[in-house]
Amino acid sequence: MLTSGIILLAGSLLSPNPGLIFWTAITFVIVLLILKKVAWGPILNALEEREKGIQSSIDRAHKAKDESEAILRKNKELLAKADAESDRIIREGKDFAEKLRADIAEKTQAEAQKMIASAKDEIEQEKRRALAELRNEVADLAVRGAEKIIKSNLDADTQKRIVDTMIQDLSTNRN
Amino acid sequence: MKRVNVIQPKAILKVIAILVPLLLNVNGHAFAASGESSDVPKNSAAAVAAPAVAVPAAEAAHGAEAPEGEEKAGDVIMHHILDNNVFAFEPFGSINLPKIVVGGYDISVTKHVVMLWLVSALLVIVFSVVGGSYKNLTNRQAPKGLANAMEALVEFIRLDVAKSNIGHGYEKHLPYLLTVFFFILFCNLLGLIPYGATATGNVNVTLTLSIFTFFVTQIAAFKAHGVKGYLQHLTAGTHWSLWIIMVPIEIIGQFTKPFALTVRLFANMTAGHIIILSLIFISFILKSYIVAVAVSVPFAIFIYLLELFVAFLQAFVFTMLSALFIGLATAHEGHDESAAGAAHH
Repeated sequence: MLTSGIILLAGSLLSPNPGLIFWTAITFVIVLLILKKVAWGPILNALEEREKGIQSSIDRAHKAKDESEAILRKNKELLAKADAESDRIIREGKDFAEKLRADIAEKTQAEAQKMIASAKDEIEQEKRRALAELRNEVADLAVRGAEKIIKSNLDADTQKRIVDTMIQDLSTNRN
Repeated sequence: MKRVNVIQPKAILKVIAILVPLLLNVNGHAFAASGESSDVPKNSAAAVAAPAVAVPAAEAAHGAEAPEGEEKAGDVIMHHILDNNVFAFEPFGSINLPKIVVGGYDISVTKHVVMLWLVSALLVIVFSVVGGSYKNLTNRQAPKGLANAMEALVEFIRLDVAKSNIGHGYEKHLPYLLTVFFFILFCNLLGLIPYGATATGNVNVTLTLSIFTFFVTQIAAFKAHGVKGYLQHLTAGTHWSLWIIMVPIEIIGQFTKPFALTVRLFANMTAGHIIILSLIFISFILKSYIVAVAVSVPFAIFIYLLELFVAFLQAFVFTMLSALFIGLATAHEGHDESAAGAAHH
């Protein structure tokens, strides 16, 4: 369009228009002020707040993660400790039981030994007493027999020797 | 069903009966651009003869010999793009806007001023709703609907534009950057709807916006460096013997930045509209429905979609560069390092 070119060169497209400049400036400034109050303030505040909110949420999430990790670690430690503790207790219990068993067994052994020993003593005593009684009895019997023998055969010396020999024999046989 | 079947062939026949002569350009006179009636035979003959590429030449030839008061494609296009005192709703009439002159200055409310006010009203309504919904929002709730849609853009400007370019202390400049972004975006988009006008396609509007960026940048630089640091900044850290070259270059650089912003936004928005209107007018100039169906409408739709993208892109670019300039001005490192660092973003 050559005509447009001519008009442009003639200046109508680029011609200054103070009125329009004035109105543009006034309009723009008023719009700027109104929008600043009405729109940009709340919108930018909201955006900033949301940005901060998101940031703090992320921070909180990180913190919570760290905390939970710490708690997990602590729990693991506690668990390991408890494990060790229970192991120790079981081992101690076993040891104790073993010792107790050994003690009891030993004591029982000793008791039994003692009882056996006392039983033997008693048996020995009883035996000795029985032997002594038997000897007395035998002596009585012998005396009584001797009496009879003597009464019938008053060869005292001979008889006595015979009796003695017999007693001697008896005792050696018994022993 | 039966009735429809009966009607359809009839309708199609009617359409064909109307279209065929039109497409064959039998009565081309009736479809010439409305204002060209006085000059139709000569105009149409020339236009039909000339291929599409030669249209400007043909038109220029007409422009030279056209009688006064004749409306041509170029004039219509410029009328669409330029500012004026009439807000036209073409078939329904138009509203004459008041002319105000104060102290010798013409501050009349023009079409673009009305568009600026519409944009402002829309911005205020949309963002009061969004801001209100944020006031009722705890930070455990997600925004929804309009607030959610706007939050995406706000968050984009906040992080990818302001924070990455300005760095420390970017919060101070956020209201300006956000306002400039949405202001330009809404201006661009409202220019794309029927009866709308692109205020950002007017160099005065973009100039004003970039002057704001200029002041914001300069004030930020003064605040960041103080007067001494600001002056040191002008030497770009070079040896004193180079100052005689560097200082003027740096001073010019301070002004070329907003100038570039001005022209970029204005030219981008104007160019898109000129292209769309030119594509439409090709069919009027050639007086051919074939051209209209095959070229004008598809290409105009394509450019329109491109313009939608450009509306967002240019709003982003303006905001991005404003943030970049503020970042450059407030950077505490050496001039070159900060420029390189900013270029990486």
